Amino acid sequence: MTLRVDNQLELPNPQRRELIKRGGLVVAFMWLGGASRVWGYTQGARLDADHPQFAPNAFVRVNTDGSVQLVMPCIEMGQGAYTGQATLLAEELDVGLDQITVEHAPPNRKLYSNPLLGDQATGGSTTIRFCWTTLRDAGAAARAMLVTAAAQRWKVDPSQCTAARGVVTHTASGRTLRYGELANEAAKVTPPAKPTLKDPKDFQLIGKPLRRVDTPAKVDGTLPFGIDIRVPGMKVATVQACPTFGGTLASVDETRALAIPGVLKVVKLDNAVAVIGEHFWAAKKGLEALTIHWNKGAGAGYSTEQLYKDLADASEHGTPIMGREVGQVDKVQGKLISATYQLPLLAHATMEPINTTVHVRPDGCDIWVGTQVPARCVDVAMKVTGLPAESIQVHNQYMGGGFGRRLFEDSVGQAVAVARAVDYPVKIIWTREEDITQDRYRPAYYDRISATLDDKGHPIAWTDRTTGPSILATFAPGAMGKNGLDSDLVECAAELPYQIPNMRVDWVRHDMPNGIPIGWWRGVGPTHNVFVVESFVDELAHAAGKDPMAYRREILADNPRAKAVLELAAEKSGWGRESVPARHGRGIALAAPFGSYLCVITDVEVSPQGEVILKRAVAVVDCGTVINPNTVVAQIEGGVIFGWSGAMYSGITLKDGAVVQRNFNDYRVLRLNQTPPIEVYLMPSKETPGGIGETGTVMAMPSLANAIFAATGVRLRSLPIDRSALVQDKNALKSVLSAANPASSTPDGVAGQTGIFT
Amino acid sequence: MIVLSINGQDTQVDVPEDMPLLWVLRDVLGLNGTKFGCGMAQCGACTVHLDGQAVRSCVLPVTGAVGKKITTIEGLNATDLGKRVQQAWLGIEVAQCGYCQTGQIMSAAALLAAKPTPTDADIDAAMSGNICRCGTYVRIRAAIKQAATGQLTLPQTIA
Repeated sequence: MTLRVDNQLELPNPQRRELIKRGGLVVAFMWLGGASRVWGYTQGARLDADHPQFAPNAFVRVNTDGSVQLVMPCIEMGQGAYTGQATLLAEELDVGLDQITVEHAPPNRKLYSNPLLGDQATGGSTTIRFCWTTLRDAGAAARAMLVTAAAQRWKVDPSQCTAARGVVTHTASGRTLRYGELANEAAKVTPPAKPTLKDPKDFQLIGKPLRRVDTPAKVDGTLPFGIDIRVPGMKVATVQACPTFGGTLASVDETRALAIPGVLKVVKLDNAVAVIGEHFWAAKKGLEALTIHWNKGAGAGYSTEQLYKDLADASEHGTPIMGREVGQVDKVQGKLISATYQLPLLAHATMEPINTTVHVRPDGCDIWVGTQVPARCVDVAMKVTGLPAESIQVHNQYMGGGFGRRLFEDSVGQAVAVARAVDYPVKIIWTREEDITQDRYRPAYYDRISATLDDKGHPIAWTDRTTGPSILATFAPGAMGKNGLDSDLVECAAELPYQIPNMRVDWVRHDMPNGIPIGWWRGVGPTHNVFVVESFVDELAHAAGKDPMAYRREILADNPRAKAVLELAAEKSGWGRESVPARHGRGIALAAPFGSYLCVITDVEVSPQGEVILKRAVAVVDCGTVINPNTVVAQIEGGVIFGWSGAMYSGITLKDGAVVQRNFNDYRVLRLNQTPPIEVYLMPSKETPGGIGETGTVMAMPSLANAIFAATGVRLRSLPIDRSALVQDKNALKSVLSAANPASSTPDGVAGQTGIFT
Repeated sequence: MIVLSINGQDTQVDVPEDMPLLWVLRDVLGLNGTKFGCGMAQCGACTVHLDGQAVRSCVLPVTGAVGKKITTIEGLNATDLGKRVQQAWLGIEVAQCGYCQTGQIMSAAALLAAKPTPTDADIDAAMSGNICRCGTYVRIRAAIKQAATGQLTLPQTIA
């Protein structure tokens, strides 16, 4: 198996190459058995009852009626994955996107595992990197078989035939046959050993802004998400788990709940209670009517303050695991600059709250859920029901956002446990409050970083110690690196686009205590590390008395792709060309996450009261070959907004062992009225595609923090933004009401949290 | 029995009086285009029209909708304006995960019905109650302007 991570930051040193290849989520999952790339395109399966006449591999099905179904190995959660995958298949199959339908792949590790993740999983911005060759191969093999079938019927050589839009043409005679007419015969053709792929100059679909395959049904409300599932006889449940992590259910008085019309049953689990009703409203009222006593567990007194204290203590006294060491950091003399950064727990808050529909029978179990890990859902259902894998059907669904949340099947296991208590199908829907307070949180981190500068102010030594837990160690313990390294903790910290001769980047593992559930969050390791690194590079520029753009140019390694995005961003943003008004600022972030290269520049204004007003962003992206430019731009726009949201407002805090935030009023996210224009520029490239879905998020946070520094001189070393630190002076607060955030006056009376009051 | 006028049709439902309209639509009538997001009028995913006004159906007791014309996303394309908004959404390719978009479209259609050529401030006021976690706000603003004027505001997708 070869990893298709084309990272130009690689240097000739083989150890460093290895490190990059093992970077982050990609690498992490390799150890799960990713080497077994067993679903070659000749090992297709006829997948379901409609018996397609031509199913040459796991991804393509052509029926005699001419319909074409494409089976999607990676799931759609908004990132455009179905359109991207369908484009790769359709390009080589020579059909139009308007001629196909797409289907969710069923759980089947043999057929649909993503070798970059070592499991049937979607994440880590790997979909296009995984599918780039695989799906073009699959499409090309199917096309070759259809063309051969036509040629056989005409008794001509296949090379005399062409295909376009689902029709094979014999060039000389002008005879044509539709794919549907060829399906039965194509099924008997031997698949090519190595299908011929198109020359990129002949691409008809790749590179064009084609309409997404899923959006027509998303604008008329007909597309079913997991939460929209209705099966005959189904009831609806909602659930509350112990608010303090690690706690258990002690007792519950269900008398009042059962008296509510429509409430059917109360189901007790080890650490949760569910109420089943005729509809969600009955279930919710029933849940609210319960009197629940919890055994709060060992974490009942835990707080955010304690969490950061513990992280700081671990950073000082824990045993670091080496991420990367170059040169001799300790022997370098010069001006030492040091800083400490800390990052908060974050919730995913997907728009579609967590939900699962389950029907458990004595001989089987059906599960309808939108999940990033369908095969792991089978695993957890086996564990809960004791049924064998072949008796468990997982019907994957479109997802109302994922962002990493649906990489975890905890909620599916819980739903199966609830459904086991009854003989009818149950749809379990979490309230938003449950969604926020029982998430798998992006962990908190505590990083100490330092650099020694030479007389030009350039870093000649660099140390970065990250401290935080390993998500991988909880998700797949067997996948940890040999020395105990989870490379997610040093991804985009160990490899920088800058020339620094002496570096030591290490990690102290400090697991979140007391059962605080953790998970990957959009941008994974890079969202954490690029914030720290790019903020600190700005600190170094300031220490050197240099413009942040000029400083990055000076210290940049020989790295043409990184340089190109930096220079174009400078040009498009108008960097240095105009004077900036007081309390306005412009901030840069430059990095190469997920095999792509980005420079994002954010412009802000900071009010005298400390409110941050986003003014503009310029994003320059080199993600190699672009499959769909519209999708790439959308992912950058949305990714940047997701990152800004996190930096501006989001942050999960703990009090008495429980999460304080409960809904969008106190776990705030960016709204339309706070969103400025975002300009995205794509670099033309013929390189292998890089990842894109998480990159904008990675870049947004440091470019924002750097812009705030430029506007105010205040360096933010923790998130979310502390507006009280940005207040110009005491007098400014007297006029605070007139400067309050517009969100505070939305039609629904959204609570305005300018931060300086709270 | 409660009688509701939904998308031009009178519909009888036997539900508790305090049941929010959202759950009547979804769990009783199977009109699933209207989404549950927060349950407290914070996110706008559940937006429907009540006599043409955008309201959050997750906090509207069903009795509050009696005697009024309810329009959901399923009925929006009955008007030219509704179709125009949906076409603009597709042309610009606003939707990503799409979960919030039916609510966004309902808010946008109500805005355009009241103000056929909205200013940016109008759009801010009408749309800031609808959250999108995928971050499609830039395109929502452009799509509203495109639906209003018929002039293309961003590159269009190829259908």
